[in-house]
Amino acid sequence: MSQEAQVIKKHDVVIRFSGDSGDGMQLTGQQFSDTTALFGNDVATFPDYPAEIRAPQGTVGGVSGFQVHIGDEKITTPGDYADVLIAMNPAALKANLRWAKKGGTIIVDTDAFIDKNLEKAGYEKDPLTDQSLTDYNLIPVKITTLTEEALKDSGLDQKSIVRCKNMFALGMVYWMFDTPTNHTEEFFNYKFAKKPQIAEANKTVLKAGFNYAENVHALASHFKVAPANIVKGKYRSITGNKATAWGLLAAAEKAGLPLFCGSYPITPATDILHELALRRDLGAKTYQAEDEIAGICTAIGASYAGNFAVTTTSGPGLALKSEAAGLAVMAELPLVIVDVQRGGPSTGLPTKTEQSDLMQALYGRNGECPMPVVAASTSGNCFDYAFMAGKIAQEHMTPVILLTDGFLANGAQPWLIPNMDNLPEIKVQRAKAGEAYQPYARDPETLVRKHAVPGTKGCEHRIGGLEKMNITGTISYVPENHQVMTDLREAKVAKIADYIPAQEVYGNENGGEVLVVGWGGTYGHLYSAVKELREEGKDVSLAHFNYINPLPKNTLDILAKYKKIIVCELNLGQFANYLRSKCPGINFYQCNKVAGLPFTVVELKEKISELFNA
Amino acid sequence: MSQHNYTAKDFKSDQQVRWCPGCGDHGIINSVQRAMAELDFPKESWAVISGIGCSSRFPYYMGTYGFHTIHGRAAAIASGAKNANRDLNILQVSGDGDALAIGGNHFIHLIRRNVDITTLLFNNEIYGLTKGQYSPTTKMGTKTKSSPYGTIEIPFNPGELCIGAQGKFFARSIDVNVALTAEVIKAGVLHKGTSIVEVLQNCVIFADGAHAAVTDKEVKEDRQLVLHHGEPMIFGKNKDKGIVLDHGLLKVVEIGKDGITEDDILIHDAHSEDPSIHWMLVHMKAPEFPVALGVIRDVPAKTYDQALDDQIAEVKAISKIRCMNDLLNSGDTWEVK
Repeated sequence: MSQEAQVIKKHDVVIRFSGDSGDGMQLTGQQFSDTTALFGNDVATFPDYPAEIRAPQGTVGGVSGFQVHIGDEKITTPGDYADVLIAMNPAALKANLRWAKKGGTIIVDTDAFIDKNLEKAGYEKDPLTDQSLTDYNLIPVKITTLTEEALKDSGLDQKSIVRCKNMFALGMVYWMFDTPTNHTEEFFNYKFAKKPQIAEANKTVLKAGFNYAENVHALASHFKVAPANIVKGKYRSITGNKATAWGLLAAAEKAGLPLFCGSYPITPATDILHELALRRDLGAKTYQAEDEIAGICTAIGASYAGNFAVTTTSGPGLALKSEAAGLAVMAELPLVIVDVQRGGPSTGLPTKTEQSDLMQALYGRNGECPMPVVAASTSGNCFDYAFMAGKIAQEHMTPVILLTDGFLANGAQPWLIPNMDNLPEIKVQRAKAGEAYQPYARDPETLVRKHAVPGTKGCEHRIGGLEKMNITGTISYVPENHQVMTDLREAKVAKIADYIPAQEVYGNENGGEVLVVGWGGTYGHLYSAVKELREEGKDVSLAHFNYINPLPKNTLDILAKYKKIIVCELNLGQFANYLRSKCPGINFYQCNKVAGLPFTVVELKEKISELFNA
Repeated sequence: MSQHNYTAKDFKSDQQVRWCPGCGDHGIINSVQRAMAELDFPKESWAVISGIGCSSRFPYYMGTYGFHTIHGRAAAIASGAKNANRDLNILQVSGDGDALAIGGNHFIHLIRRNVDITTLLFNNEIYGLTKGQYSPTTKMGTKTKSSPYGTIEIPFNPGELCIGAQGKFFARSIDVNVALTAEVIKAGVLHKGTSIVEVLQNCVIFADGAHAAVTDKEVKEDRQLVLHHGEPMIFGKNKDKGIVLDHGLLKVVEIGKDGITEDDILIHDAHSEDPSIHWMLVHMKAPEFPVALGVIRDVPAKTYDQALDDQIAEVKAISKIRCMNDLLNSGDTWEVK
């Protein structure tokens, strides 16, 4: 074991950290991701954790995972399968072995592979000794013992010592990837500034893990991933939820209005509320309401009184908000409704990702109730689409639904920091004091009405959920008027198509054999699959949609150019059916998955390839 | 000093009032318009926000800003509006079904948070707009269209709910007493924080006489105790009845009988933080007791909207982040060259 470890240069590597939900795997993964991003790799992450905060220890249900994909070129997914799997106990191994690449490296804490834990994980025999892992490069390490040894003079109690074992694993991984530990050391100095003993312990164990990996040479190889060739500029790491919160704040600033967010805690959307609640310094008013309905209703009240209003939720909450959303449509008040989609129906899979709220977003209200729907497609561009949702809401006087999902929300990526000066203006539609105000008089081009905010002298008027007379806004039961107003509301939303960008195509823009169609959070996987197929010589292109209602004006033109179209989405075909209704005459193949997980690039390629053989 | 020289008429809209003839709502809207004229706040500063029900048609008949929203949610919408713009005077209008059944959750949380708005609760003990079903305030045993054999549920007392939710202001009036209703609305609006004003309102169509035990001409003076802060709790045709505290409980006495003098009568303290006596007052029922009217509880406390404003100012004063560009560039960042 004395030879120098072999250095393997790779374009990209996937690492999956897994352990008990109390083992600190999210923090470990995040540290690795931040460090490699700082080094210049492009990165994508995928946290995979149970809904229970502390599920029964040692069970498969309580396993928390964090996958990191790093590369020397554009990384658009957290990767399908892991080159390196870290399993802190038998349950973690059991739950994650399916995500390990054959031939990949598996690091386990052998101290945790005792009878009791094996039984809890459902192993009849010890997988470390029963030859079931011969396809992998298994690295058994006494992580707990070595951690205890490293901290035997620290004066810490046993519980605090064992809590540092995740850093031993991280130290080993840092060595494997030839990555310095100093970023994480600084993190501990900052995080435990008031508990220097804890900071010291974590740093000691981190270095112990690093040195152990170097000394034992049990890790036959260590990987080298060169910095990625990415756009120059200032970067930060951002999750989808943080990007959403910041995009909303940016839109409020551009609109010159205070942000008001009425919200109720719900997984996986709550981090948006947390981020906004921090921003009292920017004048943001967050209001944790008594329920989902009060969340949207306070936001509608705030919009009525002139603030930049937002409500944030997930699928079950969107269902509760639907009546109030209809009021915002009827009253034609600006409002952004963020739905961070999760597995459904009902409570479903709160911590898992899905795209199954599309029909709810488009149609889930009583009456003819058109609402613009926008979807983000990367963690970072949650910022852009939150901003655009706010811009559309204010400029077109309408509630707008922004769809993200659990995958985007919790995933992180290095993000080129935008400059506010380069973001588009947001023009707020307001009546001025003393003008001859008619609540439902409209701009002939956009069909948008102006809002006279309470407090505006001379514009006193009444609005509400009852049908209103065109122009004057008095209550009207006149049959012809209801037709006119219904048509106007529909046309107003349809007109937004004039103000959004044209749909782009990756690949053969002029048409061809196969067009892959996607929307929202599946972008990274679809892009990777299409890119790899194109590299293999297949005539395949990708149209990935962010504007769902209205669709970009060139949608039909694009679709008509390809022989075969396959719509790939994490539901049973909601976007495909929507496109069928909007683009009759076009045949759509479908690729659907409802497993609470993102697509894998492998399965996408397989499914798309079938079209060439059909 | 009046700046605007408003009259009640300035607060009427051009819309025809469509409540049934004889409906108690006519009296209440007169009280509101009178109170608004007397309060003299700029007309454009008023926003009347309602839910759904007969009473919730209210905004359409007002000349102020108005928002007729959805069933039960006016309290939440009004809370959002007030926190968005603290300069507004917000009158939230609700009925007993709207506020206490479908909107019960928002009602108690509005009170708990103490957002500075005034809720006008029209209590007619019936669902009128849906044509006569029992409500959360309908008296036990009442026969309605949805309880043909009599209700079998215990009604809410809005005053108890208000105090139970740590309410700081509760007043009660009767639709036909336009002057008293205007008086308590004014007190509610001037109170900083959530003020609940219950108006006993008569639905002539579906629950006519629901409050007859209190309002009938022959009995009303013996069945109504109009409270004023600092004044003794005296009532009755001949002003010879009063309320005393006896072994910790309220009791009706006759002045001049059994050696009782005016000095023995309880003095109303609306500002008492301790709600015990207020709770007993809202609980008084005919025929054993008169019904308490007027401002029953009026205790100062910090409002939610003020606290939110203060917190924003405090954080702004110490934070280094003053605009989005500051935020975007804060914390851990790195340069790719």
